[in-house]
Amino acid sequence: MELTGAEILIRCLQEEQVEHVFGYPGGAVLFIYDALFRQDKVKHVLVRHEQAAVHAADGYARSSDKVGVALVTSGPGLTNAVTGIATAYMDSTPMVIISGQVPTGAIGEDAFQEVDAVGITRPCVKHNFLVKNVKDIAPTIKKAFYLARSGRPGPVLVDIPKDVSNHKTTFTYPASVTIRSYHPAGNGDSAQIRHAVQMLLEAKRPMVYTGGGVVLSGASAQLIDLVRLLGAPCTNTLMGLGGFPASDKQFVGMLGMHGTYEANMAMQHCDVLLAIGARFDDRVIGNVEHFAQIPRKIIHIDIDPSSIAKRVKVDVPIVGELKPVLDELLSVLRGGKLTPNTTDMAAWWKQVNEWRATGGGMRYKNSSEIIKPQFVIETLHQVTGGDAFVASDVGQHQMWTAQYYKFDKPRRWINSGGLGTMGFGLPAAMGVQMVNPGATVACVTGEGSIQMNIQELSTCKQFRLPIKIVALNNGYLGMVRQWQEFFHGNRYSETYMNALPDFVKLAEAYGHVGMRIDKPADVEPALKEAFARKNDLVFMDFRTDPTENVFPMVPGGRGLSEIILAEEL
Amino acid sequence: MRHIISLLMENEAGALSRVAGLFSARGYNIESLSVAPTEDPTLSRMTIVTSGSDAVIEQINKQLNKLIDVAMVMDLSEGEHLERELMLVKVRVEDGAREKLKHAADVAGGRIIDTTEHIYTIELTGSCAELDNFLENIGRNLILETVRTGASGIGCGERILKL
Ligand SMILES: Cc1cc2nc3c(=O)[nH]c(=O)nc-3n(C[C@H](O)[C@H](O)[C@H](O)COP(=O)(O)OP(=O)(O)OC[C@H]3O[C@@H](n4cnc5c(N)ncnc54)[C@H](O)[C@@H]3O)c2cc1C
Ligand SMILES: Cc1ncc(C[n+]2csc(CCOP(=O)(O)OP(=O)(O)O)c2C)c(N)n1
Ligand SMILES: [Mg+2]
Repeated sequence: MELTGAEILIRCLQEEQVEHVFGYPGGAVLFIYDALFRQDKVKHVLVRHEQAAVHAADGYARSSDKVGVALVTSGPGLTNAVTGIATAYMDSTPMVIISGQVPTGAIGEDAFQEVDAVGITRPCVKHNFLVKNVKDIAPTIKKAFYLARSGRPGPVLVDIPKDVSNHKTTFTYPASVTIRSYHPAGNGDSAQIRHAVQMLLEAKRPMVYTGGGVVLSGASAQLIDLVRLLGAPCTNTLMGLGGFPASDKQFVGMLGMHGTYEANMAMQHCDVLLAIGARFDDRVIGNVEHFAQIPRKIIHIDIDPSSIAKRVKVDVPIVGELKPVLDELLSVLRGGKLTPNTTDMAAWWKQVNEWRATGGGMRYKNSSEIIKPQFVIETLHQVTGGDAFVASDVGQHQMWTAQYYKFDKPRRWINSGGLGTMGFGLPAAMGVQMVNPGATVACVTGEGSIQMNIQELSTCKQFRLPIKIVALNNGYLGMVRQWQEFFHGNRYSETYMNALPDFVKLAEAYGHVGMRIDKPADVEPALKEAFARKNDLVFMDFRTDPTENVFPMVPGGRGLSEIILAEEL
Repeated sequence: MRHIISLLMENEAGALSRVAGLFSARGYNIESLSVAPTEDPTLSRMTIVTSGSDAVIEQINKQLNKLIDVAMVMDLSEGEHLERELMLVKVRVEDGAREKLKHAADVAGGRIIDTTEHIYTIELTGSCAELDNFLENIGRNLILETVRTGASGIGCGERILKL
């Protein structure tokens, strides 16, 4: 029997076990929406803005091991989605975005709602396709899912012209897929792995630095074993949080611009650095020349060769999928006679613990008068038993959450690290809640960020998503204000958030529960009450200290040891 | 340093723009780029002449490999290779200079493929440097028009880039 392209597309999604698609309809995708309507396996979540559809699919994927799927119309639908696609690309989220396109005959004629989707998204997708023939839909969707989830994951866009979605052909879903020009890395090089083990065991000051790759590949168990065997301190990037349990003795906290003092000092002073699924970002190692001043040997494991030796020289590159590489590393370690030198390790830990004794520079002075944002996050951690999914927006509140919500499990911390997209938090939390129904989901946000996708409160109502919104309302675009305070002579140019809405009334207008919290004493009761409301979305508007800054801080372009700590308290 | 990179990629609409876009987005130099289908019409072969530090060239190779449509990449300048470029050059022929020009073309291994009373069009292949030299020799003030294809490169002997 022949099916239309739209019907075939939906059948493909069913074959891929897709349960939810986040999207927004329009002219170019009418046939696809019609096919969606005529089945009930794939559920559609109607967002209120295409950017949110993509962020929701992103949160969906990050908090599960599934590929997120978004569906948008041509022209403005696609351009609205671009911020979401770029966000997913920077953080390597597996995702398939389907966009409608004007009919093939109209392409290139400046047709109504025509944009060059493949051209616009080319620099921010893992790959993209324009499907010109209905026969190509099934094989292309098969390829898209394969590309999105294999190797270094990423978003893949499939652009489908309207006429193609209405042409007919027989449907067969390919059982397997190979792409002759694409061969993602698998196992690592055994000789390099043995070399790495040797180097690690000979180290006097070893350090393990891990990133988003550990979370993406599900290699936490291997990582934990490895860190225990090596006895070395372990740090995580912002994207790697939860990949190694924050409550573990060997964890020295996040590193980088707002990382702990001990993580940054250990990073700077170690003699052998084992980097696992992390990409030496500029917010992580600061100034490259400064980082290179103290020589250290670097072992770098990553599935993407282009992540290796991009910003720093690497002594032992290992290209491969983390799980098999770490398994092999572990078996070489266990099989050998050598163990880490206990005297050296004791001396190294003594040093690390001295750095630690500074309190990591993560102190803040609590107050009984005004709510300190860090206190809200600490209380959030306590009230949720440290076991919530926490989606975040971008700004100071994001850093405080990374610092004070101690993530013990991977895929619990959902934030935009690479692109730093304000407006990510709420829609991402929707995706998290859709794929983890019944789980506790919090969205930490700022009064600036939340307004970038606040319309999604309506989606949350329609789909009964009981997200707990923790708004740290400091009345400022705080992260920018902080830079203005430090580096631009306190000239707060356009960072005061004037004319804020009454968030309580706003939440109520959307049919949710709103709370305003002004006093420190009310923080815990409010959080408890909110989280007890299992079926409600609660918007908590915490009025926090507008002058609070994020510490520690390594100013942009400076070295890791040039870290600014919190004022002596 | 100057590098000449060869690659095989899917002969598909948009593949060229992925490569060109990569170079502009990441700020890599591109001196010339030539591309055409191979004996297997589903594959295109591209030759890129670029320059940069060792670290930059390493990233260029890795980034090209990362493109899904790119099947194979070879930095020809890492070993023995041949490099040829085709040039068509139209020159003004001044009275009495006819023989001199013919001679110059002969010596360089070129052919005169079109003539009018006052204009010769010469076809010449060689390395980029040889073509540059030829233009220098005949004198830039006589040149009316030049068309160059950009270098095509191939490895020597057993160095073969094939799927
Ligand atoms: C306001 C703000 C402040 C920030 N401050 C900090 C900060 O203080 N500290 C900090 O760390 N970051 C900070 N960031 C985030 C920073 O910008 C980067 O996004 C982040 O550091 C990158 O993390 P990562 O190195 O783990 O790389 P990711 O982007 O997570 O990359 C993952 C790596 O793992 C590899 N990989 C993926 N899958 C696999 C697999 N299966 N096998 C092997 N390898 C794999 C990938 O190829 C890639 O190289 C901040 C961001 C913002 C917005
Ligand atoms: C879409 C977008 N625009 C601008 C920025 C730059 N920016 C980074 S943090 C920030 C302030 C965020 O303010 P708010 O959400 O109130 O959080 P706070 O820092 O106050 O906690 C801005 C404007 C950004 N990251 N994303
Ligand atoms: Mg704010």
